[in-house]
Amino acid sequence: MTDTTQTIASPNQTDFGKINFMKIRYPAVIFSLILMAASVFGIWYKGLNLGVDFTGGTIIELTYPQGADLTLIRQDLAQAGYDEAQVQHFGSSREVLIRIAPREGMASATLSNEVMDALQKASSDTIELRRVEFVGPQVGEELTTDGALAVLYALIGILIYVALRFEFRFSLGAIAALVHDITITVGIFAWTQMQFDLTVLAALLAIIGYSLNDTIVVFDRVRENFRTVRDGTPVEVSNKALNDMLGRTLMTSLTTLLVLVALFTLGGEIIHGFATALIVGVVVGTYSSIYVASTTALALGVSKQDLMPPVKKQTENGEEEDDDLKRAFLEAEAKRKQKDEETK
Amino acid sequence: MFESQRSLVSNRFPMWKYLVLITAVVLGLTYAMPNLFGEDPAIQISPAQVGQFNQQTTERIEQTLSQAGLVPKVLEFDGQQYLIRFDDVESQLRANDVIREEFGRQAIVALNLAPATPNWLRALGGQPMYLGLDLRGGVHFLMDVDMDAAVEGAYRRFDDEIRVLLRDARIRYQAVDYANETLSVVFRTPDARDQGFNLLNREYRNELEVRSVDVEGQSLVEMRLSSSVIAETKKFALQQNITTLRNRINELGVAEPIIQQQGERRIVVQLPGVQDTARAKEILGATATLEFRLVDERADVDRAVRTGVVPSNAQLYQFRDGRPILLQRSIIVSGESVINAQSGIDAQQGSPQVSVTLDSAGGRRMLATTRDNIGNRMAVVFIESRIETVERDGELVRERIVTRDVINAAVIRDQFANRFQITGISSSQEAQNLALLLRAGALAAPMEIVEERTVGPSLGQDNIDQGLMSVIVGFVLVLIIMAWRYKTFGMIANIALTLNLVLIVAVLSLMQATLTLPGIAGIVLTVGMAVDANVLIFERIKEELKNSSIQTAIHAGYEKAFITIADANITTLIAAIVLFSFGTGPIKGFAITLTIGIITSMFTAIVGTRALVNMLYGNKPVKKLSI
Repeated sequence: MTDTTQTIASPNQTDFGKINFMKIRYPAVIFSLILMAASVFGIWYKGLNLGVDFTGGTIIELTYPQGADLTLIRQDLAQAGYDEAQVQHFGSSREVLIRIAPREGMASATLSNEVMDALQKASSDTIELRRVEFVGPQVGEELTTDGALAVLYALIGILIYVALRFEFRFSLGAIAALVHDITITVGIFAWTQMQFDLTVLAALLAIIGYSLNDTIVVFDRVRENFRTVRDGTPVEVSNKALNDMLGRTLMTSLTTLLVLVALFTLGGEIIHGFATALIVGVVVGTYSSIYVASTTALALGVSKQDLMPPVKKQTENGEEEDDDLKRAFLEAEAKRKQKDEETK
Repeated sequence: MFESQRSLVSNRFPMWKYLVLITAVVLGLTYAMPNLFGEDPAIQISPAQVGQFNQQTTERIEQTLSQAGLVPKVLEFDGQQYLIRFDDVESQLRANDVIREEFGRQAIVALNLAPATPNWLRALGGQPMYLGLDLRGGVHFLMDVDMDAAVEGAYRRFDDEIRVLLRDARIRYQAVDYANETLSVVFRTPDARDQGFNLLNREYRNELEVRSVDVEGQSLVEMRLSSSVIAETKKFALQQNITTLRNRINELGVAEPIIQQQGERRIVVQLPGVQDTARAKEILGATATLEFRLVDERADVDRAVRTGVVPSNAQLYQFRDGRPILLQRSIIVSGESVINAQSGIDAQQGSPQVSVTLDSAGGRRMLATTRDNIGNRMAVVFIESRIETVERDGELVRERIVTRDVINAAVIRDQFANRFQITGISSSQEAQNLALLLRAGALAAPMEIVEERTVGPSLGQDNIDQGLMSVIVGFVLVLIIMAWRYKTFGMIANIALTLNLVLIVAVLSLMQATLTLPGIAGIVLTVGMAVDANVLIFERIKEELKNSSIQTAIHAGYEKAFITIADANITTLIAAIVLFSFGTGPIKGFAITLTIGIITSMFTAIVGTRALVNMLYGNKPVKKLSI
């Protein structure tokens, strides 16, 4: 158990933290750049294994009473004229997933019935239809654009908010971290060729939320330390902030990861991509809030002056007033602390 | 030391904050509760025509059920339709059979799962969360309306009208062409062109942009639909198709179908519980049409019914209520000619009427017929072809069944062409129905299914079970970790976390937002991330304890962490709101739960835990915090 009441920091000597995170910031940046380059290369070279949501086409999930023979199913399908169909197990040996690419001029979704009929005729057992998804190619295209737009607009919104609340260089730091996290997560999906479907897109958007949360918490501390710590270079101040927040960062990442692992192992096959993306995103996001976000802001030359409260009062802006109130509170508290020292 | 501090920081909440919190807890528990009661197997009986059910119907249903030896749990009537709950699926299915047999085509009988929420809770507006198709099973269709065809149809109508207009005005023209969204009339002479231009411009100023042009020595008048007319045409096509789909889906007897517009040209159809997609598609593609026929006034209807002998130029029909009527064999106009039908009130007589618009070919035929038959009656026949599964020689076979009903027979008072009114309708409700039927026959523009998703009931149940399991396991793990790491404060955070989960469920139930599998994932993620606010506060308190007394540390911990929590959550909220506005389907479901989760977790983590901390430690001489 930690006894927290005894250590009192000397006001003259600032403790910049036990772990010197910032010491390895250049190797970390190089490491990140390599990862990102590998991801971009993977996306370009291998491409994403896009799900039916994006490509259009048909997905049919079936359950056989006993283990299903994939070779036989492929033969039956080829006989029915679907020789390009992808057939794979889904979850267990009894469950089968069939993917059929979109066909030119296929006006209605009668295909699933045809496939079902063909397989049922060939099999003596009763096949249970678990799920059919048919998406026309043009809907898939729309979804891809909409998804990309959603991410873009989210980034712009965040950029503006962080620039208003902090400073534009922090904003760029936060965006750099987000781009980093998303690129690497997508890169992993490209390299492993795991299916990238709509739920994975939702997960990417959640990663934006999570990674941002992490980054903002660190930035908030950096800003506070710039205002309260008298000595120290920007690098030292950032380092202190990272150390201050380390307990919190690890704790939050741990609880989130635990929940995600529960989702991954118990949530069922359909949610696997979603859980995988989020697990990768949380790990990468935690790392990037330490290295990518702060390093970017520092490299862009954030200094103490940038974050001191503005001299002139902006009464029309509620946010600024809040800041002033907060500063007044901190000052009052500092004075009171001094008094306490004196009375001792 | 504590004496001097008490005046500086106060860790005490005013009474109103506790009241807000208690209210939130009570409301949260109340509105989350309906989810615990499960569902009753039920059948839903709705009338084929509005306002058809009355007290006698109730007796009829009760009698039918008791004859079959069935005892319903509850029989509810909301003025429109009946909901009969049963204790088990077996009696539900049997009741479905007997009721269907008793009512035939007078009523639409649908199998339903009705929430078993107690009455007092329902009176307070308590309803369980609405489950998405991925959780309850069913079919989802996304239909795309061919808007180009709708716009072209509008041009074709003007095409016909313009020919008639020019002929009547005796302006000579060579041809009327339609190409590239432009109607062009070729005139023989520039003079005729100018006359034509003046006439067309006067007649269609509000609907068409009329220009006169000279191309390669030809004298042309070109017309394009004004943007407002195009927009209206598209809007009308979409609404018309939705109406038609709704009518057809009623035939399916699906409980709680969803038929919604999505974007400017798409329609979403969701049929919960339907597994037979083939049948669903058949019904959606069912056709209904109309015919206008003259009534055979000379023959004796009663005799025809009695003897079965029908005059050779006539056919025996029935009104919807079963009254017989003899109609002439020749059809004046069929449903394809009907462009529009609107119900309204006759300005002179104040009685309900339906205004019908025909295309010009239909108008010409109507004119010729009405000119010769003033004083006679004209009937509107509604023809519908459906596919039904019937038993034949012990085997279930699908058959196309065509039904023909006379919906109206009115006296022709004057000669008319492509626009006319059907009067002599007893109520405005009936006029609305007639207009609906006239319009409902055909689709305003062709549609195709661009997306189809079917989820089997077993998969839906698996999704619920697995989703629920992962929420529970994840949640318990988080509770254990928090209790281990932050001791008493951890337990306080756990209470807040539980309240958070209750509030999310309550808000989702209250909003009747659709819970989907990604929505469950959103809840799971919220649970994981919701601890962040408390972790921030507790870590801050620990930190403050190094430099100041316990009471100051608690106060400063909450105050200083607040700004951080607000900044972090507002940015996440921005992302969630963007997702909600741009996302579709599962992304939207995820964004809703995430948004609700962020807001409730901020409330419970900041206000909720503070209240408990204040009660336990606030302004008390505490030596040490269990944190």
